[in-house]
Amino acid sequence: MTTDKRIVFQARGLVKRYGHVTAIDHTDFDLYAGEVLAIIGDNGAGKSSLIKALSGALVPDEGEITLDGKPIHFKSPMDARALGIETVYQNLAVSPSLDIADNMFLGRERRRPGILGSVFRMLDKKGMHDEAKAKLAELGLLTIQNINQAVETLSGGQRQGVAVARAAAFARHVVIMDEPTAALGVKESRRVLNLINDVRAKGLPVILISHNMPHVFEVADRIHIHRLGKRIAIVKPDTHTMSEAVAIMTGALNPEDHPAGAYAA
Amino acid sequence: MTTPQNAKVQTADHEKVANAAGGDFATFKGAQVSVADRLHQFFHKYPVAAPTIVLLAAIAMFSSIIGGRFLDPFNLSLILQQVTIIGVLGIAQTLIILTAGIDLSVGAVMVLTSVIMGRMAVEVGLPSGAALCIGLIAGGITGWINGLLVTRFRLPPFIVTLGTWNIFFALNLWYSQSETIRSQEIDAVAPLLHWTGTAIDIFGARLTYGSLLMLGLFVVIWYALKWTAWGKHVYATGDDPDSAKLAGIRTDRVLMSVYVVAGVLCAIAAWVLIGRIGSVSPQAGMMANLDSITAVVIGGTSLFGGRGSIFGTLMGALVVGVFRNGLALAGVDVLWQEFTVGALIIVAVGVDQWIRKV
Repeated sequence: MTTDKRIVFQARGLVKRYGHVTAIDHTDFDLYAGEVLAIIGDNGAGKSSLIKALSGALVPDEGEITLDGKPIHFKSPMDARALGIETVYQNLAVSPSLDIADNMFLGRERRRPGILGSVFRMLDKKGMHDEAKAKLAELGLLTIQNINQAVETLSGGQRQGVAVARAAAFARHVVIMDEPTAALGVKESRRVLNLINDVRAKGLPVILISHNMPHVFEVADRIHIHRLGKRIAIVKPDTHTMSEAVAIMTGALNPEDHPAGAYAA
Repeated sequence: MTTPQNAKVQTADHEKVANAAGGDFATFKGAQVSVADRLHQFFHKYPVAAPTIVLLAAIAMFSSIIGGRFLDPFNLSLILQQVTIIGVLGIAQTLIILTAGIDLSVGAVMVLTSVIMGRMAVEVGLPSGAALCIGLIAGGITGWINGLLVTRFRLPPFIVTLGTWNIFFALNLWYSQSETIRSQEIDAVAPLLHWTGTAIDIFGARLTYGSLLMLGLFVVIWYALKWTAWGKHVYATGDDPDSAKLAGIRTDRVLMSVYVVAGVLCAIAAWVLIGRIGSVSPQAGMMANLDSITAVVIGGTSLFGGRGSIFGTLMGALVVGVFRNGLALAGVDVLWQEFTVGALIIVAVGVDQWIRKV
């Protein structure tokens, strides 16, 4: 892997409490340039809260987040998007009745130049369609005639493709993917894993949240293991086995007692 | 527990099997389709198609039954005049229904703002242009109140507008003191309020400025829905508000704008109402609420939001107008007109359920 050691996205000492429940408990987080970082953890470990904090969907009580070394304070997912952090949500956040291009540009539509755009607010439909087409083609997701198709007429994997293409097209710093293969069949999952590799090949780091260990071990450069609200270990697919990762994640193994490779066959 | 080596082998194996099965993923290719599927796709893509076909069929039917009297330009323009008020209210209703809401207060807002326009001109003595503007602003405020209750207090639009329907209607009775302003009084001081009822004759057809205003509004709102980001956001908000929010749309602002625009449109409908009946009556337009919903539904806009077209509503209003007019000319009792409209609503919703399926 061509992962250099520059940290793009970092968090230190993040805390989020809901009443008596501590969802995030002084956790750290590091994402290097150009890598795929998987985040794994049991249900209730606080993965979702961490991801929400990183994508702007929740505001942490304590701790700091930096992007390219600069401290940032998200108040909403819009702030994160404005800084080039795109999230592929588990529910995809697409509007079924709108077409593919409309969905890709939803919330950031382009207007025509000149008076048509400034006074009459006219959308640059052709420009957006052409660019949507180009982006989909880049990710190998397209036969050209059907960019005007409503998203509801697509299969689950195709919708995922649209959501990933949208994120990849607009992300300048980080792509976050929340359970991108959870609802997909074998072949569709394969295609999404390829998309993740394509996004990395474009030089964008990817944060992948997944319960699917084979998928995680296949595409991730590093694996952030989350337990009881904090990061308890970082492992690599070539130093740890799936069994070890799962054991650390569930508390059956203490990561400090079992250094890399101890359980490798 | 499996060892990672085994797991990897299994992954490769089961995927190989799947790949061997062939077929494409995410190539956006249309599969082979039957005629019924094609028809379904067509209606799905063009929601205005179904009500247009119904309208053409109705016109053909009444032409063959009644003949010349029905097809007379004067009669056809009369139908247009008869649907003008419902058409304008239907535009407002379409916008609300596209956001998965419903507005039961449109009729009450129309009557209230017509009374405000009339009294401002006749009782207060303001210039008629100012009276008209105050009425339009009042319409916007009623929409703002509905929108505030829907977005800020998270109340269902049905309940909000059921409440404001009664409130606005009560305010209307209070402000008007239940008195009608006569047509002659309006003519004397505020002829502008009657402008919408003024007609021009073309080839025997009598087109009122109100009807032309309605057609103009349809074009303006069509443009806004089809060619601006606001329009896309209206559809997205009605389609799936959570997704729309995650995609960066401030859905509360979209909803608010829709309710305010709807309120102003209701006030424009009030202007058309004054032009059509001449006087300003606090009892006018009682059935307008439900008639506007009828036009939207027959026009193929889904009550579940996010699906439909503005011109569908025009077609829906015209379908109702043509049926009422045609049945009346054929000498059919009024009660059978109501019966027919009721049947049309049910058929339209049934067709919508079919079309909505993907």
